[in-house]
Amino acid sequence: MSVTKRIIPCLDVDNGRVVKGTKFVDIIDAGDPVEVAKKYNDQGADEITFLDITASSSNRKTILNVVENVASQVFIPLTVGGGISSVDDIRLLLNSGADKITINTAAIKNPKLVSDASEAVGSQCIVVAIDAKRKDSSSNNVWEIYTHGGRNATGIDALKWAEEMEKRGAGELLITSMDKDGTKEGFDLELMKEINSKVNIPTIASGGVGTLKDLYEGISIGNADAVLAASIFHFGTYTVQDVKKYLKEKGVNIRTTNE
Amino acid sequence: MKTIAIIDYGMSNLSSVVKATKYVAPNSHVIVSSDFNEIDSADKVIFPGQGAAKNCMLSIFEKNLDNVIRKNANEKPFLGICMGMQVLMDFSEENEGVDCLGIIKGSVRKFKNSSNNIKIPHMGWNKIKKNNEHPIWNGIKDESYFYFVHSYLIEPESDANIIGTTEYGGEFCSVISKKNIVAIQGHPEKSSSAGLKFLKNFIEMK
Repeated sequence: MSVTKRIIPCLDVDNGRVVKGTKFVDIIDAGDPVEVAKKYNDQGADEITFLDITASSSNRKTILNVVENVASQVFIPLTVGGGISSVDDIRLLLNSGADKITINTAAIKNPKLVSDASEAVGSQCIVVAIDAKRKDSSSNNVWEIYTHGGRNATGIDALKWAEEMEKRGAGELLITSMDKDGTKEGFDLELMKEINSKVNIPTIASGGVGTLKDLYEGISIGNADAVLAASIFHFGTYTVQDVKKYLKEKGVNIRTTNE
Repeated sequence: MKTIAIIDYGMSNLSSVVKATKYVAPNSHVIVSSDFNEIDSADKVIFPGQGAAKNCMLSIFEKNLDNVIRKNANEKPFLGICMGMQVLMDFSEENEGVDCLGIIKGSVRKFKNSSNNIKIPHMGWNKIKKNNEHPIWNGIKDESYFYFVHSYLIEPESDANIIGTTEYGGEFCSVISKKNIVAIQGHPEKSSSAGLKFLKNFIEMK
């Protein structure tokens, strides 16, 4: 047996509240982070990811309180991302109770941050997020990485970047397909497969989940170690239990919680 | 009110262990300390840790914590977590070889990836199989899942001390007990209800 495949609900947090919306449009308040995190923990989530989308930098400290409060009540690994740009930011979040930190734009601006951070706090705490988009939308398996939530192209090849991030000490990669994000058509399985053929660190598939089968294929075809989803959980399409029951029936190694 | 001391030797982020201990022991006084007298006068001691063996041992010596660890590991309920389990052994092969505290006979070695296609570190949720009855297992089902993050594992000399095992490229000792000591390779503070029960059982150990 090996470690189980992980199911990770992702929560967008704005000014200390969980919000939900489609592609940053029609955002509505979805509750208190502690209550939402507790709910997913009770459903059997293996980890929870918080994405801080607070726009104003003066309110950014609120994420530390959110992490502190959630970590005092929910005892599974907590991953936090959004606007992290220094080893000091990372330490503050870890001291508040986060277990892993997701870095995206800051890693592209300064790849050394990944080396410095993994040296300072350990690779197991450092998750590099890669937002990738197919080049010329043809069937060529070439992807380019984007920053700022998919708005700015970088010219960097996604597969080469994944390899470099592993070399620099990333402990995991969170891979989001910008082509699939929000479509509910399923993950970009080719992207997952290609990246997994290049790196040995765990990968998390993200972007595009609409059905249970999508999650299964991310694992069985895309070779992902974990699958992350937001809207199917927030809008109640499926619970984490539904996902786990389905994956277990398909023969996927899943953590069952029946204490 | 009982006091639970969590040993701080500057090597790890203790916030999760502190939060989980407070959660399961709301009526206890939970302190984080590197002071001999504070630790020595506590009713129970938790010895967490992460990072590399060499730096851990250096910090323990720098802060003169080896004596209080040895003394308390013999006298009262004492819980080692992750690196706090590994440095209880005689020796670790990490960092080209490090002498450890020698409180439990045996050594620490790296996961072998030669024949098994496993990712290192061993990171994620895995089962712990109960090997022996122990009060730490009260109310915890056999083969419950715990959260792990580590690249090295312990090999105790005596199988008699092993109370839990885990499969990852082979079977290894994931929970050990010797008299009043319990030590676990996984992170009970991050293992949801099974982990909290484990911590609660430790708090209730006499």
